[in-house]
Amino acid sequence: MSTAFIENTAGPSAARYARKRAARGRPVSANPSSRRPGWVTYAFLAVVIAVSVFPLYAAAMYGSSTTTEITRAVGNLPRWLPTLTLWENFGEVFATEQFSIWVAFGNSLLVAVTVSASTVFFSALAGFSFSKLRFRGRQGLYVTVLATLIIPAQVGTIPLFVMMNEFGWVDSLLALIVPGLVGAFGVFWMTQYLKEALPYELVEAARVDGASMFRTFWSIALPAARPAAATLALFTFIGSWNSFFWPSVVMRSQLTMPLVVPQLRGVFTSDTGLVMAGVFLVAAPLLVVLVLAGRQLVAGVMAGAVKG
Amino acid sequence: MAHDLASPRPVRRVGWGQRISRWDFKLSPYLYISPFFLLFAVFGAFPLVFNVVVALHDWHRRTGMGDFVGLDNFAWVLQQPLFWRSLENTISIFLLGGVPQLFLALLIAAILDQNLRARTFWRMSVLIPFVVMPVATSMIFGQVFGQFGILVPNLQELGLLTDYSSPFFQDRFLSHVAIGSMVVFRWTGYNALILLAAMQAVPRDLYEAATVDGASRFRQFFSVTIPSIRPTLIFVILTMTIGGLEIFDEARLFDGGGTGGGSGGADNQWTTVMLYLFNLGFGQWQDRLGQAAAVGWIFAFIILIISLANFWLTRRISSADAAQPRPRRVRRRAQTPDLPTPSDITDASLEGVRR
Repeated sequence: MSTAFIENTAGPSAARYARKRAARGRPVSANPSSRRPGWVTYAFLAVVIAVSVFPLYAAAMYGSSTTTEITRAVGNLPRWLPTLTLWENFGEVFATEQFSIWVAFGNSLLVAVTVSASTVFFSALAGFSFSKLRFRGRQGLYVTVLATLIIPAQVGTIPLFVMMNEFGWVDSLLALIVPGLVGAFGVFWMTQYLKEALPYELVEAARVDGASMFRTFWSIALPAARPAAATLALFTFIGSWNSFFWPSVVMRSQLTMPLVVPQLRGVFTSDTGLVMAGVFLVAAPLLVVLVLAGRQLVAGVMAGAVKG
Repeated sequence: MAHDLASPRPVRRVGWGQRISRWDFKLSPYLYISPFFLLFAVFGAFPLVFNVVVALHDWHRRTGMGDFVGLDNFAWVLQQPLFWRSLENTISIFLLGGVPQLFLALLIAAILDQNLRARTFWRMSVLIPFVVMPVATSMIFGQVFGQFGILVPNLQELGLLTDYSSPFFQDRFLSHVAIGSMVVFRWTGYNALILLAAMQAVPRDLYEAATVDGASRFRQFFSVTIPSIRPTLIFVILTMTIGGLEIFDEARLFDGGGTGGGSGGADNQWTTVMLYLFNLGFGQWQDRLGQAAAVGWIFAFIILIISLANFWLTRRISSADAAQPRPRRVRRRAQTPDLPTPSDITDASLEGVRR
């Protein structure tokens, strides 16, 4: 950017400033944000990463150690690299008769997959209706959906528990699945997305060609909603997988992955190495999800996904 | 059929196919939104009403519904010192976890909002804590803050601690610091990405103009960036409030759960309201569902009030930041065009608050 241009557009004092900067070897560039940041930035980010991975790393290190090693490592992690003890501890966690981590894994997977598949399907269906179909009361009903978003959900725990008791669903996976089949956030998410992504002309063309409503949804709207659907599925899955409060209210003997964690202390008591190995095992699967779908997750958060 | 053919009838009859198609056209919109409303009616709205019924009765987990007791449960809860203690704990943990989180998230977002190499890599790694199960974090932090952990022996070494056992499990304030740090750990990166998205939508020519006008990087951050991301900032603070006050996982497993643990400390140093509600209804020796339901109602009311106050405060503060009126264009551009943005949700949920 020439100083003459600056003088013309921003005035003489700005031009004087720009000249002074240029004399100091730091000219005003046309696009300051295109500058590459220095090493301090990367050092800071490295620290952020170190903090982010620290807890799981610490769990792996504790899990690789015996109790004596842990008590002796005053004020430090017992070691810096994992050892075979970690595998032995994993084996012991898998082998315990008090609970089965495989069953818990299966339960968690079943619940999370069902809940996210159903959330995506019903949210897309409702989103299609709200965004592209005309019907009486549409506006009011949509505002109702949005209004339900601010109800603090956990507050209804007690009556929900009483209901589950009546249904005979206490200690059944149904209690975890059915209330989560579709939510207001999903409906909102899909509606907003389809509003932009699906042209009216396509819907009308399908109608003219004699497609039924559902056919139109299935072959036109659903494919158009795919990116938003994938993000919604991902976040619903993570939310369901990590949820602890409601399962610990309504489950008794049936475990999901988060419910395994309090069991660890009960079963392995003061054997910290075993407990931490178990904690690592329980927390690891979602790391795989982050590695596989990290890009999508980042895009989803940045598009304004809400906490699960 | 023969009779049908013989009888005279209007020529332009509406065929079955067409009739079905018209019903399809009229009813489908309602049919498609009905799953949400049905599910919400049963598992969202009904419990809300039913909560009042439970709270007005003597209700136990083992014996079920008992006598009608009026507002006794509410009075009982409000007279419990433990309820107030748990409310104080919750707010203290919320502040200790929320305030640093917000500043750190702003800092990280500002740092990510540069022309970085391997951009996606940094963004992904900031999200690691978000996918780590909160109960696992809680156990690990419990270990790190514990007697044989990392912090306590070093503090002893420095002479800052004389007691052998960990003060993070004794002292009320320190236990809140420990639990607050888990909250910071879990949500900072996530919120940083939300703020980053808003920052990237700020038109770059604003920065250009600011540079030309001689504004420093800091000045640009406070006079251009912050005012431009205002709606997102409000959104982040609002969701942080609702989520932060309902904290449960981190407090429950801080001392490992298992036998005897998990109730919030020997003196209830870190019992949060949700943990108190849980203990009342489902704790080892208790099954007071009526009182727990009353806690639920009172707490919902408190959350609503705090959220509204928070919203009002944030609005005032961030509009005071923007000293000069900005052109509307800027604010509108600060939203991503193709997907719903946080500010949409803020507007949406606020619409709900207002009615």
